[in-house]
Amino acid sequence: MSEVRPLLEVRGLSMAFGGLRALHDLDLEVSCGEIVALIGPNGAGKTTFFNCLTGVYAPSAGDILLNRPDGKALRLNGLLPNQITKHGLARTFQNIRLFSEMTVLENVMIGCHCRHRAGILGAILRGPATRAEEAAIIDKSYTILQHLRIAQYANDVAKSLPYGVQRTLEIARALATEPVLLLLDEPAAGLNPTETSELDALILQIRERYRLAILLIEHDMKLVMSLSDRIYVVDYGERIAQGTPAEIRNNPAVIKAYLGEDDA
Amino acid sequence: MWAELKKGAAVAVWFMFLTLPIMVVKVNPIEQTVVWRWANLVWLGAAVFVLTVVGRYCSRHRTELSAFWPDAHPLLAHPQLKRFLLIVLALLATLFPLFFSSYQINIMTTALMYAVLGLGLNIVVGLAGLLDLGYVAFYAVGAYSYALLNYHFGLGFWAALPIGGLLAAIFGVLLGFPVLRLRGDYLAIVTLGFGEIIRLILENWNDFSFGPSGIAGIPRPGLFGLTLSVDDAIMYIYYLVLLLGLITIFVVNRLRDSRIGRAWIALREDEIACQAMGIDKTKTKLTAFALGASWAGMVGVLFAAKTTFVNPASFTFLESAIILSIVVLGGMGSTVGVVIGALVFILLPEYLRAFADYRMLLFGAIMVGVMVFRPQGIIGNPRRRSYPLPMAAADQEVGHE
Amino acid sequence: MEYFLELFFSGLTRGSIYALIALGYTMVYGIIGLINFAHGEIYMIGAFTALICATVLTIWGLPPLAVLGLSAFAAIIWSAAYGLTVERIAYRPLRHAPRLSPLISAIGMSIFLQNYVLLAQTADFVSFPALIPDFAWLEPYRSIIGSSDLVILLTTAVVMLLLTILIKGTKIGRAMRATAQDREMALLLGIDVNLVISVTFVIGSALAAIGGVLIASHIGQINFAIGFLAGIKAFTAAVLGGIGSVPGAVLGSLLLGWTESFATGYISSDYEDVFAFALLVLILIFRPSGILGRHHNQKV
Ligand SMILES: Nc1ncnc2c1ncn2[C@@H]1O[C@H](COP(=O)(O)OP(=O)(O)OP(=O)(O)O)[C@@H](O)[C@H]1O
Ligand SMILES: [Mg+2]
Repeated sequence: MSEVRPLLEVRGLSMAFGGLRALHDLDLEVSCGEIVALIGPNGAGKTTFFNCLTGVYAPSAGDILLNRPDGKALRLNGLLPNQITKHGLARTFQNIRLFSEMTVLENVMIGCHCRHRAGILGAILRGPATRAEEAAIIDKSYTILQHLRIAQYANDVAKSLPYGVQRTLEIARALATEPVLLLLDEPAAGLNPTETSELDALILQIRERYRLAILLIEHDMKLVMSLSDRIYVVDYGERIAQGTPAEIRNNPAVIKAYLGEDDA
Repeated sequence: MWAELKKGAAVAVWFMFLTLPIMVVKVNPIEQTVVWRWANLVWLGAAVFVLTVVGRYCSRHRTELSAFWPDAHPLLAHPQLKRFLLIVLALLATLFPLFFSSYQINIMTTALMYAVLGLGLNIVVGLAGLLDLGYVAFYAVGAYSYALLNYHFGLGFWAALPIGGLLAAIFGVLLGFPVLRLRGDYLAIVTLGFGEIIRLILENWNDFSFGPSGIAGIPRPGLFGLTLSVDDAIMYIYYLVLLLGLITIFVVNRLRDSRIGRAWIALREDEIACQAMGIDKTKTKLTAFALGASWAGMVGVLFAAKTTFVNPASFTFLESAIILSIVVLGGMGSTVGVVIGALVFILLPEYLRAFADYRMLLFGAIMVGVMVFRPQGIIGNPRRRSYPLPMAAADQEVGHE
Repeated sequence: MEYFLELFFSGLTRGSIYALIALGYTMVYGIIGLINFAHGEIYMIGAFTALICATVLTIWGLPPLAVLGLSAFAAIIWSAAYGLTVERIAYRPLRHAPRLSPLISAIGMSIFLQNYVLLAQTADFVSFPALIPDFAWLEPYRSIIGSSDLVILLTTAVVMLLLTILIKGTKIGRAMRATAQDREMALLLGIDVNLVISVTFVIGSALAAIGGVLIASHIGQINFAIGFLAGIKAFTAAVLGGIGSVPGAVLGSLLLGWTESFATGYISSDYEDVFAFALLVLILIFRPSGILGRHHNQKV
């Protein structure tokens, strides 16, 4: 086994809702440290793909293999969403799903949950170990907020935040789970051009600082083209192209699928 | 103004029509007699008219009015005043039995027991957001564990207390395991069904539970082998319940502000996001469910010891509904609110006799009213907890940039 | 064999009554996704209204058939009015609240209505006049099926037929189906959703009232608490058939009626109510979508 296996390997993934074939025989790979984009017209099945990866839906066929940088390799099919997160896949949601009554800091602290262990007894007795752990959680969460430049909102209630900050908080929360692969579902949706270019820089920083790979769903072609190392294009649940941004830009099949939709 | 009055009159007429048969006519089909109570209709019409006009006025001036009754009460936020209030309360609670009759103490004990039940249910409903309509089943498990263990094996109160709590928790896990993956409203109905099944089994399985007649002669709790007079025993139980209540408040507050408590609240807000954060949904719900149940179990043991008698009639759905309305009235998730809710709900009907008949009517009305007008309960849910931020880290970071 | 037939028909009768109540649950659930906990109370109020009306009219000396017709009519009118009012007060303000809020409100409403009848009428069982006449020609089969059983079966069948026509063939029925499928969409298409919801409550309550009159004259006595158990059982039936589905409610009700009838007949009558509750718990755990219900994948 000399060859280096990619971080995420998806083989022949299919998923159907009743009669609707949302995904069909999809292959995809993400290597360590890569930023890969998944694009396609509305309803192509991109979010469904994320949902299959993260265990929200059970795919009807195919394999999802994760080869962690620490050498552990495993198959994610059939695992519960929380187990998958624990193995190092973290995601954001296209339609923001923050814990809206909780504060920004608490939202991130929830993300830390799966990396810590204080139990009921610890909570009641609140011994030194528990207190140290709690302090560590706050510290770590706050640091993430600082990295993402939203620390000034730490004690604000999530639902009161401006839209752009909510999107960033989704990313912060996902980072708190210490992922090896970060799945971002349309992080730029609803952002203005300034915010989008800030996001561009932020995503690159995140990759550097947290040493992770990123799989990105996005409709903003400018962002996709500038960020991605490679791009996969799906339409009607099938992969119609893959390659570097330059290759994709000139691919006739992609242009056809996007006709009238591409504003890049 | 005129339009408002007309609106009020219209609503009043509608309700007079609505209540016409049931409020006015009272029949005796056997003797074939009818009593017409037209006065009821007049009173009802007048009351509805006033309520509608006032209610509509209030809801139009909602923002001005809500300033008088803010979410987290500012008085409670003041730390010194809070400490002072707590000390006064503690003194009152401790000295209470010395100045009142056994009868009064008994009532207070009951109120405190409901407070503890409310706090236990609050873990399940208020924090974890699981609507448990069969909470009384765990209460019954506790009460019957003590009654039966004592009857068959002569087990004493102090041995039965942890066993009752533990058995109830086990029941909680057994029930919780299959049902906790259900959606919220289905979960509510299944727990209701479970509660009724337990009661019906207790009622019908004579060999096990002695049926509807129940089990009598359960000993009161012992105190280092002393035999207490009935009055002393009542006082003793009062202090026990008070102690349990304090422990409960302590434990519930600590849990709420812990890693687990955070997970419960997050689960209440969004299950899918919660799982995506790596939280084990089933396990987390199960802990809440079992913990809540164990409290009901312990109070159940205390209940059996207090009344020295248990039968299935004490564990009907109505009991679950009362505990739930205490939690709802108090504000789901709020400790102070639940305690106040319990005291108001249990003490008021005892001391205002006129009130007693209308107790359940009011419970129902309050549940609807609170949901519609003030979903956060009387006290409001002081969820907005701010954590002290690690300032050192903040400065360092700014320096780097 | 005769015992079997007797149980069969008594199960069928029970099932028909459950069906009349279960339809209210299923229709409301289908449209606003709420377990209308107070529905059993609407049925109880229907029974009380009929009792009051029947006694008064009998004293006034009306012929039995007129008494039956008029009290059933009164029960339908008032139950529908209560259903309408309950929706306005306890559910409509909560339409966009978290899912559990309207359920708690519904439980409160149920407790309120029970105690309202308890206080305004009586806590005791009241005997209900036998409104349904005995048919002489049924005499030979008396041990298998009574005349009130027959009336219940026929009434239920006719009501079901009318309901099907209403849902399938009328404009309001179409609006109801559209709202059940997608409320937002129905709103965009110009359907008056509030009206549709009100109509649903009116129909559900009217059906429950018919059930109330029939069961009260079948069993012969009522009190303020009959709504709770009947409500739970009808809800069980609705879930068994697949909540939200109208034929499912009927199917589930019949199955529940037979289960209860045969289980009490052949096993033990002590645990009559346990069977229903156990069935409820089992279905919800193992097949929450019921027999005819469709499994929904939550969209993320
Ligand atoms: N839970 C579900 N049940 C039924 N159909 C679904 C479900 N989730 C998604 N679909 C369907 O699957 C198809 C793919 O949806 P998906 O959300 O994956 O698209 P997408 O590529 O993310 O689109 P967008 O760019 O608009 O977010 C759509 O036709 C959608 O209607
Ligand atoms: Mg999508």
